[in-house]
Amino acid sequence: MTILTVEHLTMAYETAIVADDISFAVERGDYVCIVGENGSGKTTLVKGLLGLLSPKSGKIEYHGIKPSEIGYLPQQNAVQRDFPASVKEVVLSGCIDSRHPFYTKSDKLRAREALEKMNAEKLLYLSYRDLSGGQQQRVLLARALCAAKKLMLLDEPANGLDPVAAAELYALIRSLNRDGGMTILMVSHDMHSAVHEANVILHMDTKVLFYGAREEYLKSEAARRFLGQCAPPNN
Amino acid sequence: MRAAEQLTGEFMETISSLFSYSFMNRALFAGVLVALCAALLGVTLVLKRYSMIGDGLSHVGFGALSLALAFNAAPLAVAVPAVLLAAFLLLRLSEKSKIKGDAAIALISSSSLAAGVIVTSLVSGMNMDVYGFMFGSILSMTRGDVFFCTALSIAVLVIFVLFYNRIFSVTFDEAFARATGTKTGLYNTLIALLTAVTVVVGMRIMGTLLISSLIIFPASTSMRICKSFKSVIVCSAIVSVVCFIIGLTVSFLLSIPAGASVVAANAVFFGIFTLIGRLSFRSE
Repeated sequence: MTILTVEHLTMAYETAIVADDISFAVERGDYVCIVGENGSGKTTLVKGLLGLLSPKSGKIEYHGIKPSEIGYLPQQNAVQRDFPASVKEVVLSGCIDSRHPFYTKSDKLRAREALEKMNAEKLLYLSYRDLSGGQQQRVLLARALCAAKKLMLLDEPANGLDPVAAAELYALIRSLNRDGGMTILMVSHDMHSAVHEANVILHMDTKVLFYGAREEYLKSEAARRFLGQCAPPNN
Repeated sequence: MRAAEQLTGEFMETISSLFSYSFMNRALFAGVLVALCAALLGVTLVLKRYSMIGDGLSHVGFGALSLALAFNAAPLAVAVPAVLLAAFLLLRLSEKSKIKGDAAIALISSSSLAAGVIVTSLVSGMNMDVYGFMFGSILSMTRGDVFFCTALSIAVLVIFVLFYNRIFSVTFDEAFARATGTKTGLYNTLIALLTAVTVVVGMRIMGTLLISSLIIFPASTSMRICKSFKSVIVCSAIVSVVCFIIGLTVSFLLSIPAGASVVAANAVFFGIFTLIGRLSFRSE
């Protein structure tokens, strides 16, 4: 079943076109990784998908979910790193509902469960700014999980993490996808782990260079050039 | 023993004489309310790196008050709309234009300060009223101002309680808040507009040059030791009100401008909180 279709989407900042004529469809349960070099329009595409930027032309359609029901893990900004907030406050902010001004009991339960899924229930009463980078990402992932019904959009989740923390985070995302049935769209420039984790690859450089299953991608010309350029493959 | 008793007696007498003046009561009442609003709004502004908005708006307020004085118009009737407009413009400028937020604030604030000074010196010359705008005066609060302050602080408090969770979300992570369907533009505008009104009312007591401290100090002070957003909010409100009362009392006792002594009290609290923060960090 298709959860998201993008047709001939073009995104631009004023006159500079950043994403050009992008078309693809995401099936429920897919783990899609969007790869490409810096400035290839990955983050812009994600912002378009979330409605943070409006497209210049083209269509984005969700099937069975509203755009506000997507769990989003943005890239961290400077404001957050020393922000005085408890983990509980951060995770609960994923439960904000347009109808109620306050959090309900079930919201609090949902926040706790999300933290448990991220193996981070011990962090509940700690201050966000005192956590390590890996712990902060897990907390933000738990917040995204509170907002997510079926689809999550992750923007460079492992950015700035050490290899151990990154591997832990990838394992958590994998379990959300395999055991939780969550559809995942992940932006990454960490090519090797991306190809390792996802089952569908969207390779873009303003335009779509490749969209399809991972196995196909590994055989493709785009992959050979990109992977070869990033680092020589081991085998 | 007797000397101590005499000293306490004298002190009590001074305190009671403090509140025998109706202008003092008005200044205290209105000031506490403004301090409370400024502290609440300040937490979001400081965290969002918009601290200087308060400063910029107060300069616009100075320009507007000088104009009102020159043309014999009601001060608040001119200043409130002018500062609201400036707040709206500042937000738009820092979001959309190529002029960066801090530069935009500096441009608008120095221009309106200049306009205020030019108009005043052409029309009436620099006089005591201008001095009052610059450094504040506790004599300036009228009965109407007190009503205005009460209405404003009720509005700020109600909005803060009702939208508390959303204000947190917008402050912590605007991109996430927008993606999950919160109208962030609305909340940013709301906060800027409330800040504008708080600044206009507060600058009469605190002065153009010092009102921004009322916004920046309590939040910064609380962040030295508080670890959650809620505790920062509550602590800022308490610190702000306590500092205002101490500052106003000292200003009465030593006959110094109220704005300056309130800022001094805030600076002392900031120092103490920083020290406590350092010590508790080290002991962990």
